[in-house]
Amino acid sequence: MANVIKITKGLDINLKGKAAAQVSAAQASKIYGLVPDAFWGMKPKVVVKEGDEVKAGDALFVNKLHPEVKFVSPVAGKVTLVERGDRRKVLSVQVEAAAQQAYVDFGKKNVSGLNGEQVKNALLESGMFGFFIQRPYAVVANPDDAPKGIFVSAIADMPLAADIDVVMKGNEADFQTGISALAKIAKVYLGVKPGSSLANTKDAEVTVFSGKCPAGNVGVQINHVNPINKGEVVWTIGAEEVVFIGRLFNKGVVDMTRTIAVAGSEIKSPEYKTVLVGAKIADIVAGNVATDKKVRLIDGNPLTGQKASEESFLMAHSTEVTAIPEGDDANELFGWIAPRFNEFSVSRSYLSWLMPKSKEYTLDARVKGGHRHMIFSGEYDSVFPMDIYPEQLVKAIIAGDIDRMEALGIYEVAPEDFAVAEFVDSSKVELQRIVREGLDMLRKENE
Amino acid sequence: MKPTFTEGGKLSAFGSLFDAAETFFYVPNETAKPRGAQIHDAIDSKRSIFFVIIAMIPAILFGMWNIGYQHYTILGEESTLICNFLYGLGIFLPKMIVSYAVGLGIEIAVAQWKKEEVHEGFFVTGMLIPMIVPVNCPLWILAVATAFAVIFAKEVFGGTGMNIFNPALVTRAFLFFAYPAMMSGDKVWVNGSYMDSINGTIDGVSAATPLGQLAAGEPVTYDAMDTIIGTIPGSIGETSFIAIMIGAVILVWAGIASWKIILGTFVGGAAMAYLLPYAGAENFEWWEQLTVGGFAFGAVFMATDPVTSPRTEGGKWIFGLLIGAMAIIIRVLNPGFPEGMMLAILLMNVFAPLFDYFFVQANINKRAKRAAK
Repeated sequence: MANVIKITKGLDINLKGKAAAQVSAAQASKIYGLVPDAFWGMKPKVVVKEGDEVKAGDALFVNKLHPEVKFVSPVAGKVTLVERGDRRKVLSVQVEAAAQQAYVDFGKKNVSGLNGEQVKNALLESGMFGFFIQRPYAVVANPDDAPKGIFVSAIADMPLAADIDVVMKGNEADFQTGISALAKIAKVYLGVKPGSSLANTKDAEVTVFSGKCPAGNVGVQINHVNPINKGEVVWTIGAEEVVFIGRLFNKGVVDMTRTIAVAGSEIKSPEYKTVLVGAKIADIVAGNVATDKKVRLIDGNPLTGQKASEESFLMAHSTEVTAIPEGDDANELFGWIAPRFNEFSVSRSYLSWLMPKSKEYTLDARVKGGHRHMIFSGEYDSVFPMDIYPEQLVKAIIAGDIDRMEALGIYEVAPEDFAVAEFVDSSKVELQRIVREGLDMLRKENE
Repeated sequence: MKPTFTEGGKLSAFGSLFDAAETFFYVPNETAKPRGAQIHDAIDSKRSIFFVIIAMIPAILFGMWNIGYQHYTILGEESTLICNFLYGLGIFLPKMIVSYAVGLGIEIAVAQWKKEEVHEGFFVTGMLIPMIVPVNCPLWILAVATAFAVIFAKEVFGGTGMNIFNPALVTRAFLFFAYPAMMSGDKVWVNGSYMDSINGTIDGVSAATPLGQLAAGEPVTYDAMDTIIGTIPGSIGETSFIAIMIGAVILVWAGIASWKIILGTFVGGAAMAYLLPYAGAENFEWWEQLTVGGFAFGAVFMATDPVTSPRTEGGKWIFGLLIGAMAIIIRVLNPGFPEGMMLAILLMNVFAPLFDYFFVQANINKRAKRAAK
């Protein structure tokens, strides 16, 4: 029987517009785009020219620091644009989809006959390796490292997140193949929610996590199962990306088809869509976004995702597209004393604690307060289920104190682990940005 | 209207004031950055801080009534509830206005100079100050003390959130050390008329506080019920144990003050009062130490200041326990200071980072040990 860990700290935010468990295919995009920014910590070197014909699985760009780590096209077609921004930074590589899809043939393989090196090479060759995120630093993994473990979280508990049960339906065999393949590289740790059918997954150490958000964060799970020490490296990968790897071995092709949640209070009919990584957001939400007010589209969930537009492309790691009101025209009066029945708060100075747990909230994108120095203590701590002092760590980062960051455990965290803390913070500190900067600072210092 | 007050506008010198007024009326419309949390909890520091003021209201209302009650009692005159209250209002209101005018004036000037938003922290400090000074403290001294505290206890450290000492307590400490004649005696807690003080007949209308009587070794003339209800002489906000506890319930329930600090302070104080043989006196039980003077007020409204108390949960326990114990030690063992709460809290403010250090260092050591294995 799998080990059960109960997470006591955390916060579930019950937002309106959860996706109904029905899946349909999103309309096909004309243009697909692979966004290098989705693979943080990597310097893209574009290896195609505009006008080139590519198949699904052909590299579009590689990591300049590790050219063997490729990032491949989700579709077959013609490269139409290498979009660049300031200082020639690559924003996206865009491919116009061909009418007839063609795939690079990587060859079906039986995972049980392969060794770790062969699996790793297959992943590098097919571009699947780029989905690994390593800790420390929460950046694209380095193939030269020998990770002490590969962690997969099969729990999605961020607000409006896609339910793993829906996402995994029909993909169970590919998921198992993917896990078995990863187990050849390093020990695989799988976190599942109570009662999940994935608890029977073979070739992995399965741990059941029960508790509130962010119990589903892989960082929280690592901290409880096998915390990272200085000098150690672990890799993490999303559950659905394990399915991609399974498909690679079972079918011999790169198939980055995801089932994502299209959700949020401003989505007319929230549901699941099957899409390819890199699809245009406009095609995913087509005709499904409320038009009566200003809406903020988010690539990802409202806590860790980022602001998107209809023109942007679905980022590689995103498991949902959400829409919330922008709210910048709210002009709400006397927020410091008015009862504000429709606002959600962990503070009992609002009435949301009196409301039934099932009440769903429509939260807009406002910060809802002035930026302050950290005034109230214990706020982060109550929603940060790791054996780390979050406030002290953030202060060490702000001060740029590298030794103290290390001592306080920065190697174990990723920005997403601070997402709930950023939500509850009454001083409105941008915790995820600060942690990201701290990780980048430390990486620069150490490499 | 806004452009007039922004950089380069005609009235940009009042930009901070305009911002303060605007955020007072409206929730800022600022939306989340493209990266990071896209939604936020509705709580902000402004709301938390105004809930602290709400929690003080019972103590303020009772305090105002009590000023009048003590005044008319000592004069031997009959008085009504309204009369008592209005008399107290007449004493309290000018102090509050002076405290806010001086403190906020300095805060706004500094914010404008640093081109920052005015922080709301002073709303609590400015309300606390009139509650903890002697009833007949002259307004000009109050203004000097407030200015001293805001400038030297707060702004030089970087403003709200960065200060080491509780600014309201620094105001009181300033009065205590700079104008000892105003503070140390036991004769200043009931307001006579100004004519009396000019004519030097104030002696005729003085009353001793329970702590003053204890310090002087006299029998205490108030019974326990008086100290719990609060019909005793003392600072405006501190006398009523019941009113303060109503505030404590509001603060703890709203999750604004740490119950660990409040409980810790009472436990520490009770333990010390029980152990010290001198804590009780004639007609005075050991536990009455917790209901007289500024003990309860300090535990609920002063020690719990989130900025000057420890940040770790374990640190909060130690902080509270030591404040309680230290306050009673100063009261009982030091004949010079009848009241020890102010000094105990200020002292522990200094040690708050040390208490945190123990807990954070334990976490660091644990991690280092794990890595070395």
